[in-house]
Amino acid sequence: MPDHAMTAAVAHQFDDRDQQKEAGTLGMWLFLGTEILFFGGLFIAYCVYRIKFPAGFAAANEMMDVTLGGLNTGVLLLSSLTMALAVRSAQLGKRVSSFTLILVTMLFGLAFLGVKGIEYYHKFAEGLFPGEGFRFEGSLSRQAEVFFSLYFMMTGLHALHMIVGIGIMIVMAVMTWRGRFSPQYYSPVEIAGLYWHFVDIIWIFLFPLLYLIHVHT
Amino acid sequence: MQGLTSDHVVPLRVYFLVAIALFVLLALTIAVAHIDLGPFNIAAALAIAVVKMVLVVLFFMHVKYSSKLVALFAAGGVFWLAILFMFTLSDFLTR
Repeated sequence: MPDHAMTAAVAHQFDDRDQQKEAGTLGMWLFLGTEILFFGGLFIAYCVYRIKFPAGFAAANEMMDVTLGGLNTGVLLLSSLTMALAVRSAQLGKRVSSFTLILVTMLFGLAFLGVKGIEYYHKFAEGLFPGEGFRFEGSLSRQAEVFFSLYFMMTGLHALHMIVGIGIMIVMAVMTWRGRFSPQYYSPVEIAGLYWHFVDIIWIFLFPLLYLIHVHT
Repeated sequence: MQGLTSDHVVPLRVYFLVAIALFVLLALTIAVAHIDLGPFNIAAALAIAVVKMVLVVLFFMHVKYSSKLVALFAAGGVFWLAILFMFTLSDFLTR
């Protein structure tokens, strides 16, 4: 089965390779546009409630672990670097290098989820998961519960995207290992990279909004 | 040099410089949060996040090296988000 020859060929609906590649890139950006609005609904909800309950959000924010949040931000930024380098290696036809960098990107993604899991565990143990078991001292309890509802929804949706991203990276690693890509054809790696960077950008906004509301004491 | 697509191979130096800039901005956003600037805390946090986003989009996501059409699609996402925020807040803030 000449897999490589098949995937490297230009599909019949395209004039040439460049047009095919651009169509793929535009398709991913269009999808990311819908993703921005998907997360956008939660961001506007956060915005409205933060304006409505400034004291509750500030009080709830004191329960956040800035160290773990900052560490995870660093991990994701590093994963974006290794992802960009993986795409570069694919462009240059460096198969082993691209494969290794995709694996490293995946490992950073798993490390992120591990730290996130530790944070979730702490929040559950402290009774900060919204619902019947929610415990928060003082008169701002209801407002703080709104903050933690948004915290779990926003980081949960983000974590779900990370899990999908890691799944995509597994597929990319296998395809790369099997020699499916070449300097003429590496669009899947590049497009998977666009998705990965997008998930990183969401976190770039989540970190200051969820962890850094009120740390100056 | 760049043609229709992002086939342009970005020098390693650029990727590493962008990564360093992202880490400096991460340190900056944490540092600024520890200083009480009143309402400007959130403004500074968002400004830094936007700069980080632009760096990732332009370099890691290759928009700087892509066609104008790709840049338009990327800007489109932010444009629809701006509509979502403007219409919602113009209602909520004027009640």
